[in-house]
Amino acid sequence: MKRLDRHKTLADYRQQMDQCVKCGVCRAHCPVFGEEGREAVVARGKVTLAHALLNKEIEPDPLLSENFSKCLQCGKCVRRCPTQVPVDDIVLAARREIVARRGQSLFGRSLTSLLRRPRLMHLLAGSARRAARLLFRRVPQKSGLRLRFPAPFIDRQRSLPALAKRPFRRRHPEFIAGQPDQPIIALFTGCMVNYLYPEIGEGALKALAALGFNVIIPKDQGCCGLPALSAGDGTSASELAARNLRAFGEHQPDQIVTLCASCHSGLTHHFKDLGPDYEALAERVVDINDLLVSQGLEEVLQQLPQATQKPKVTVHTPCHLRNSGLDEPPKKLLAALPTIELVKMNKANACCGLGGTFSVHHYQTSRQLGAAKANAVKESGADLVATACPGCIMQLQDSLDQADLPQRACHVLELVGEALEEKS
Amino acid sequence: MLENRIIRIIEGIVGEQHVSTADTDRLCYSYDATQRQHRPDAVVWPSNAKEISLLLKMANAEGIPVYPRGAGSGFTGGSLPIHGGLALVLTRLDAILRIDEENLIAEVEPGVVTRQLQKAVEALGLFYPPDPASLKFSTLGGNVAECAGGPRCVKYGVTKDYVLGLEVVTPQGDIIRTGGETMKGVVGYDLTKLLVGSEGTLGVITKIILKLLPLPAAKKTMLVLFDSIDGAAQAVAAIIGGKIIPTTLEFMDGTTIDCVRRNTDLELPQAARAVLIIEVDGDSALIEKQAETILKLVNPLGVVNTWVAANSEESEAIWQVRRSVSPSMRKVNPDKFNEDICVPRSRLPEMIRTIEAISDKLQIPIVNFGHAGDGNIHVNIMVDTAEPGQEQKAKQAIEEIFAATLKLGGTMSGEHGVGVTKAPYIPMELDPAAVAYMKAIKKALDPNNILNPGKIFLQD
Repeated sequence: MKRLDRHKTLADYRQQMDQCVKCGVCRAHCPVFGEEGREAVVARGKVTLAHALLNKEIEPDPLLSENFSKCLQCGKCVRRCPTQVPVDDIVLAARREIVARRGQSLFGRSLTSLLRRPRLMHLLAGSARRAARLLFRRVPQKSGLRLRFPAPFIDRQRSLPALAKRPFRRRHPEFIAGQPDQPIIALFTGCMVNYLYPEIGEGALKALAALGFNVIIPKDQGCCGLPALSAGDGTSASELAARNLRAFGEHQPDQIVTLCASCHSGLTHHFKDLGPDYEALAERVVDINDLLVSQGLEEVLQQLPQATQKPKVTVHTPCHLRNSGLDEPPKKLLAALPTIELVKMNKANACCGLGGTFSVHHYQTSRQLGAAKANAVKESGADLVATACPGCIMQLQDSLDQADLPQRACHVLELVGEALEEKS
Repeated sequence: MLENRIIRIIEGIVGEQHVSTADTDRLCYSYDATQRQHRPDAVVWPSNAKEISLLLKMANAEGIPVYPRGAGSGFTGGSLPIHGGLALVLTRLDAILRIDEENLIAEVEPGVVTRQLQKAVEALGLFYPPDPASLKFSTLGGNVAECAGGPRCVKYGVTKDYVLGLEVVTPQGDIIRTGGETMKGVVGYDLTKLLVGSEGTLGVITKIILKLLPLPAAKKTMLVLFDSIDGAAQAVAAIIGGKIIPTTLEFMDGTTIDCVRRNTDLELPQAARAVLIIEVDGDSALIEKQAETILKLVNPLGVVNTWVAANSEESEAIWQVRRSVSPSMRKVNPDKFNEDICVPRSRLPEMIRTIEAISDKLQIPIVNFGHAGDGNIHVNIMVDTAEPGQEQKAKQAIEEIFAATLKLGGTMSGEHGVGVTKAPYIPMELDPAAVAYMKAIKKALDPNNILNPGKIFLQD
């Protein structure tokens, strides 16, 4: 196999770490610090610890792992930092350093080894669906599930989405023709859309079809690598990147579209570190909302008939979209829908509290952040909270369920898809 | 390092989970905004005055230094544990205990973040004016210990003007109350004033009673560009001579304007060599009139351009110019020596000219901005310490700037305090008898030198 390029190491960030002037601005903005209050959790402390780890002044002991695990990767500290220290990237590099020196946590290992093997995922998804009745019980009157039995790492109270009857990629051929003169768009499905939320993918297909695009859904694609990076497993992330480079490279699509804010971050920001081939691929990656807005879907939506009964919908902005400067496209699509009424929510930009594996390791803190979010949804008076990241949807739905609220979380594309379907 | 026996005692006082000797925690409480590092032997997070009292009694018995600490955002090293011992983190004492709308007071614990109190009182139509630049993350305990200032103090004064009373744990572990809840009170020595600004050397603050004001109905922000620093300084004199005290009178010198030029939507022409940001607050009809008068007063003084904010967004755009100063400065040079001298406001142009001369002579960039209304200048000596000789030059500049400040009747710290960074320069400002007087107070109250040792005064 071709030699894999590597992600940056802590040493690559030395100069940027030196730029932290310890001013303390990050204390005002870190959601986790807001809940836990200890300096080791906030960006300034993490940079200090990363620096000490790099200089071997401190041991990569379990307490250090624990401190580095307490990061949502929301990037708010980076946006507010007077010297723009990339603390989110430094935290991931520190996790890789700790894993390299100490080995991975059981959770990180089992999750990433699963995500590394798409075929195994397919197989397991099939049997897991059959086993679901034994393992899970339905949350009354909700679409979600809760565990019947205690399981390691997953809180029994957490509500989880049900597995799709058929994974999204199995439902469709690899190539779906549109109009011959239109571009070829490759769809990056992401694991959550494929196995848990195929309705998001269906919405995307309807929207892309409405613009006449040709769509390729490469069969050999895999996970974007973000969960592996989050667990400090740079090797798996690099292998996944190589797989996706092969899967998407061979089709030469005009653009590669992501349906998930985190996948977008995985295939752009984190891909670029790996070398020129990856960078070239990353250049062609575009978030679905951004693509649809730039290609004029707003006008198509505006021409749909007005609905008589319009549900009130509010928007949550995923951190990974905002960090890429993409807060507006999802809102524009919703504003153009004649089937809903868009309402404002306080702190729409605040992190939902999922943070990938964060919510697994630190469910209580995650739940507190989610509770604030659920309350904001309630106060907005919305019936639905729409967002552009399946991870956020899972967390928002759990937060709403925990607060015993009737509102539902969904993807912008589900609403777009429904509106387009009513037309046809 | 502390013996295990001592750690067991501390665990007994605060609970096992609220004390740590782990390297990660010792590192994370080793620094503040000075970027110097001194690791404590242990970090303690007490939750009330009783626990702090027991900790200080134990520290006295065992001879262990105790370093109280809020957010660790100080610029002079006031909370650095330079002799090890205990870092006493006060952020768990974070309750706003009450807001009394009838008597216009608030009672808070020291770990409350300044902005959090402001939001709480503003929701009731009240106002807590002190607004240090760090208000979104610094704690009220730290503000009181250092007597923090901010842009609004031209009109409203600094932290000490709002502290009516305190609950304090003395260095030997007694819990006392100073001052009270009344606007007047003259029984005994004014210990409240002694403790405000004492930099955590005379007691640990555990409760604060603060004076509040009614929230001004409206405010108006203006940005005026001048062709020289003299024009800006004369403008300050003209406004105050015109019997108007604005809420803020912030200035930036030419070097600062050069730094921020690319970071703002407002056009800052090359001809502009000084900027004043002027804000007035109060009744809306009154402030319109005040703004007009101010512009009339300053117009003949070499004004290049003027913006008057029509709404809060435009006001925000003006303040953004001021806020972009700190992040822009690193483009000049990577390392910053940040001093906060204060001179009588009429001497401001002379002071700036002296600093410019020092900058030229030593060939190092110095960026000046600050609170013109009260003569408080943030002097930022920008160097690259990686280059040989630069750090030495910066030190020489600091010494020469302090000497010039004192010659003009000023002080070497307007709002950052002495801590460790300014301790070597104390003899320049205070005469030996005054230093002896201060040391006698410290010695009487803290005979074992347990509380925040090594601060303000150089070691004997």
